[in-house]
Amino acid sequence: MTSPVTTCPVTIRIQEDDFDIAREIAVLTETRTDIGAVVSFSGICRADDDSAKVAALTLEHYPGMAEEEIRRHADEATSRWPLNGVTVIHRVGRFMPGQNIVLVLTASQHRQAAFQAAEFLMDYLKTSAPFWKKEESATGTGWVEAHARDDAAAARWTKS
Amino acid sequence: MKVKYFAWVRERVGKAEETIEPPATVRTVAELIAWLSGQSEAYAYAFEKPKVIRAAIDHAHVKSDAAIAGAREIAFFPPMTGG
Repeated sequence: MTSPVTTCPVTIRIQEDDFDIAREIAVLTETRTDIGAVVSFSGICRADDDSAKVAALTLEHYPGMAEEEIRRHADEATSRWPLNGVTVIHRVGRFMPGQNIVLVLTASQHRQAAFQAAEFLMDYLKTSAPFWKKEESATGTGWVEAHARDDAAAARWTKS
Repeated sequence: MKVKYFAWVRERVGKAEETIEPPATVRTVAELIAWLSGQSEAYAYAFEKPKVIRAAIDHAHVKSDAAIAGAREIAFFPPMTGG
């Protein structure tokens, strides 16, 4: 009898290039048999924001800190839930509506941990990973303002 | 110490990074913001609403009362909007 694999590889990448969701899932799962659930969240550039139609988004980040901040939250996720793999890919650069911006993958034996960890990671990505969006629309160009609803979403993970 | 600016803070300051030497009386993040604001109109504009500004010391988020002694790199930026 072999002992169960308990390793949880954490992959964090910040890149301009697009990602291939199927390939990233395969990287997490193809060499092991202990994973029963993979949750995938994709964040996509959206044309309709609260007011004007968005023509393009530019993502800026703080190199170095962005990776470290995501790593801190990925480590917290792996300590809170029994995860078998975490992948976070955040793109930077200029994006048109419909293009991928962010990918979060969480793998676990059972779905609950994977769902919760993915949501936890996304909530913290939105509020504490140093990325900023600049929006281009017919009415001009401006920095996207942070939403109180995102702070509230992140805060619920710290409630006892 | 090295200081970095991001997003609209960078645009308002007019540069992405610089090396500064504040006087020893500047001990906290809030005091550094106040000191920078007195350097020129560009800084004053960037930091006109200091409560909105977020700061990081050596790649970790800090509050405005954090001590800056020993910091290698301090960054100022607006609330984050990634994801």
